[in-house]
Amino acid sequence: MSDAIKIYPSKPEKVYFYATCLVDMFYPDAGMAGIQLLEREGIEVIFPEHQTCCGQPAYSSGFNDQAREVILPQLKMFPEDYPIVVPSGSCGGMMRQHYPELFAGTPQQSQAEAVAKRTWELTDFLLQVCQIKLEDKGQPIKVAMHTSCSARREMGVAEVGPKLLGQLDQVELVEQARPAECCGFGGTFAVRHAEISGAMVQDKAEAIRDAGAEHFVTTDCGCLMNIAGYAEKQKMPMQGQHILSFLWERLQAEGKAPENAGGGQ
Amino acid sequence: MSQARQNILDRLREGRQAVGAQSPARSKGFQVPVSDFTVVRERSWTAAEKLDLFQQKIESVHGEVHRVPADGWIPELIRLLAEKKISNLLLSDRKQSALELRDQWHADLPQLLSYQRPIEDWKSELFNQVDASLTTSRGAIAETGSLILWPDADEPRLMSLVPPVHFVLLHADQIYSTFYQAMSEQGWVAQGMPTNALLISGPSKTADIEQTLAYGVHGPAELVVLVLE
Amino acid sequence: MSSQAEAVQEFHPRVHDALENPQIRSNFRKAMDGLMTKRSAAFDDWDLEALRDLGAAVRLRALSRLPELLEELEANLQKQGVKVHWAETGDQACEIVRDICHARAAKKVIKGKSMVSEEMELNHYLEEAGIEALESDLGEYLVQLAEETPSHIIMPAIHKNTDEISELMHAKTGTNRSKDVDYLTASARQQLREKFMQADVGVSGVNFAVAETGTLCLVENEGNGRLTTTTPSCHIAVTGIEKVVEKLEDVTPLLALLTRSATGQHITTYFNMISSPRKAEEKDGPEEVHLVLVDSGRSKIYQDEELLDTLRCIRCGACMNHCPVYTRVGGHAYGTTYPGPIGKILMPHLLGLEKTQDLLSASTLCGACGEVCPVKIPIPKLLQRLRKEAVDGDSLRPSVVAGHGIKRRKLELLAWKGWALMHARPGLYRFSTRWMARLRGLMPGKLGGWTDYRTPPRLAGKTLQQQLQERQQQKTGGQS
Repeated sequence: MSDAIKIYPSKPEKVYFYATCLVDMFYPDAGMAGIQLLEREGIEVIFPEHQTCCGQPAYSSGFNDQAREVILPQLKMFPEDYPIVVPSGSCGGMMRQHYPELFAGTPQQSQAEAVAKRTWELTDFLLQVCQIKLEDKGQPIKVAMHTSCSARREMGVAEVGPKLLGQLDQVELVEQARPAECCGFGGTFAVRHAEISGAMVQDKAEAIRDAGAEHFVTTDCGCLMNIAGYAEKQKMPMQGQHILSFLWERLQAEGKAPENAGGGQ
Repeated sequence: MSQARQNILDRLREGRQAVGAQSPARSKGFQVPVSDFTVVRERSWTAAEKLDLFQQKIESVHGEVHRVPADGWIPELIRLLAEKKISNLLLSDRKQSALELRDQWHADLPQLLSYQRPIEDWKSELFNQVDASLTTSRGAIAETGSLILWPDADEPRLMSLVPPVHFVLLHADQIYSTFYQAMSEQGWVAQGMPTNALLISGPSKTADIEQTLAYGVHGPAELVVLVLE
Repeated sequence: MSSQAEAVQEFHPRVHDALENPQIRSNFRKAMDGLMTKRSAAFDDWDLEALRDLGAAVRLRALSRLPELLEELEANLQKQGVKVHWAETGDQACEIVRDICHARAAKKVIKGKSMVSEEMELNHYLEEAGIEALESDLGEYLVQLAEETPSHIIMPAIHKNTDEISELMHAKTGTNRSKDVDYLTASARQQLREKFMQADVGVSGVNFAVAETGTLCLVENEGNGRLTTTTPSCHIAVTGIEKVVEKLEDVTPLLALLTRSATGQHITTYFNMISSPRKAEEKDGPEEVHLVLVDSGRSKIYQDEELLDTLRCIRCGACMNHCPVYTRVGGHAYGTTYPGPIGKILMPHLLGLEKTQDLLSASTLCGACGEVCPVKIPIPKLLQRLRKEAVDGDSLRPSVVAGHGIKRRKLELLAWKGWALMHARPGLYRFSTRWMARLRGLMPGKLGGWTDYRTPPRLAGKTLQQQLQERQQQKTGGQS
């Protein structure tokens, strides 16, 4: 699924930031954290004004026409050859793995391919391209990493989260059982097949809890709202956060309390 | 049903043409990647390593292996027959090894049987009264711990399948690293395949009951390999 | 086929029952965990990616020459005395088998494991024709005793634990109730031994059919396959037309992949290669061997370059072993011969999209299946493709699968059009999202299936775009 060999660009002066609709609407703090982390690396972050959604919801449901309708005007938001960084494994995967095929045989084919080639998941970019060095000013905490299926299999970044967390000396990384098993979000799956999804998220949340995690982090807002929403409803002791928000907080003196399930204030 | 045959082949040919003609910008047609057999062919094992690996693999699934000198296998077989309380042994009439054995046999040893009649004539006897059989082999495969058997008129198919104990003679210098090597070096395609060719890699087993292994289902419960060195 | 098609419609209720059944949940969890671990260990000392690449190449090469290879296979088999038959549908294939049995006045058929014979519902057909068809593979035998269908393509009785099997055998065959697997197995062996001896005809499947040498290859552990194909005087092998490979050497990577992917075994006890009936001087083996080539929707799949990847499948079952949905609902919930991921991409072609529409959405597209497929079938991609077919969702690429458009419902289409309207117009998007943020307090507390298990998602007070705009204005000292 993911590229056999990734060829990372050298560290650029500028990047395009593609926030994704879930970050924009539900977890803007994650987006802001991502931008601030990039700026901390000395990179100028360009936020294309007309960005909306990567098109994945329609595409996954088989509505390619509507997906293309939404993606097409956005393809021209990235005219320069800068990397496009995305704070999401699943949206990154959509752009990198599926844009070329969606636009094959259309006048936008080469534009879509160009965008796909330059798309990077943000934590992967920070680690591999920026060689980010983090500091930990927070309290000791046990954290589980939830790598989403698309981060793992479409973007090939399963090792990135643990490596970044490993740079934080007050963070103890715990591993949950069956870490590679899907959390059951799957977009509309959670609603269309609510019972199966419920069974899957239950297992995932319990595994994270049973690993002794007080907190879990992930690159994907869908997984986040899924697992954290379940944990909250079931009054489980652990909380979830987007990994970018978490990393940014740990860099600040007197780290803030972790964000709760719902995201925004 | 030759109309069915024609219809199926026609549909396949039309389909293949359609695949090739699909939107050229996005169609790769039938782009077939190169078949690189290195991964199933190249192994750098010595003869000793191959024998060790063969033994390890077949023993891991309850196969029994006894290494014997090439001219000293008969006493070992006799010992095993006694140990396993086997009262009769079905074996070839014509193979060199069988002739040697028959030659050296004597009356107070287990009864020697022949598969001389077609199975229809003695099916019940074979299924119910034969304790063990002895066959030759065409070598073995180290990687999977498999014996190669080509049953023939003299060592028929049911001989290595029905009796609950199956003894096999294997020459240590006939062990191949991989299946690919065995079939290439023995020239299976050039020779033409026999009625039945087999790889036998242990006694019969199943894991159908809650994935718990049980041995001796329909094939032999014991597979005993005499490796002639 | 009709009983199966009806069965599929009841997917949701069956899923519910399965999820609520602690025995099913625990049997499958335990079984799948074990199979996943074993598979992983079995590939430890392999360059797995190179092996999968070779497996995929071998299958694609065979598919690219499928009509020629079928002709070559037929010619070589016939030269060696095997009779070859072609069936366009499962029913035709059943007729062929029945006719061969009738021609030989055969009353008793013993069967080796064959998924295509399940697809054809052969046993039922033969029973109606007055011919007893007994399954000899232990898992299939148990499933037949229970009057069920297999719940997994490799381990048919995987949904049952030892206690359940003990009860079943006690009730149907009079064995003692026992937790001793050896005892239960020995009992089954004894029960079936007589049947092998008495059977007039043996029916088997085929794992690989080699065109180059006219050889039918079968893998098995128990020995029932060899007995089925050797003891009766007539052997009928049935196979889907896609199981052909070009050369004998092509079998070597596929065999290495099949047994390890399926059960984590480096090889099965027996690998059985059959190329002819009993020759004049031979003393056992069937005097007649038949091969029935079954199309049953496969040549239709072959018409599309993307969909034909479905035909690469070597029926290992790894996809379902790794599927989080299959693990929780088990094989019977699907209601199809082939469950799990391969079932989802294959059954729409065999039964039509109308009858399988509920199955397509029952996946998160997690990709665990595609990651383990030994021949690299891009299963999630094919699932998305079939979803598109089900809704006729791509005007640039006309749908081809039977029953396409069945799920294109006005309401859902309207919803996606509305979604597209909002997201294709950035100004409208910004406007809508800001107002949604402001009015987030009005969001309903109950959101269908979502809130049955979770708290509702909470919109942020300000969207990121809003916050960035303000940040920009502060920087430039502008007015808000």
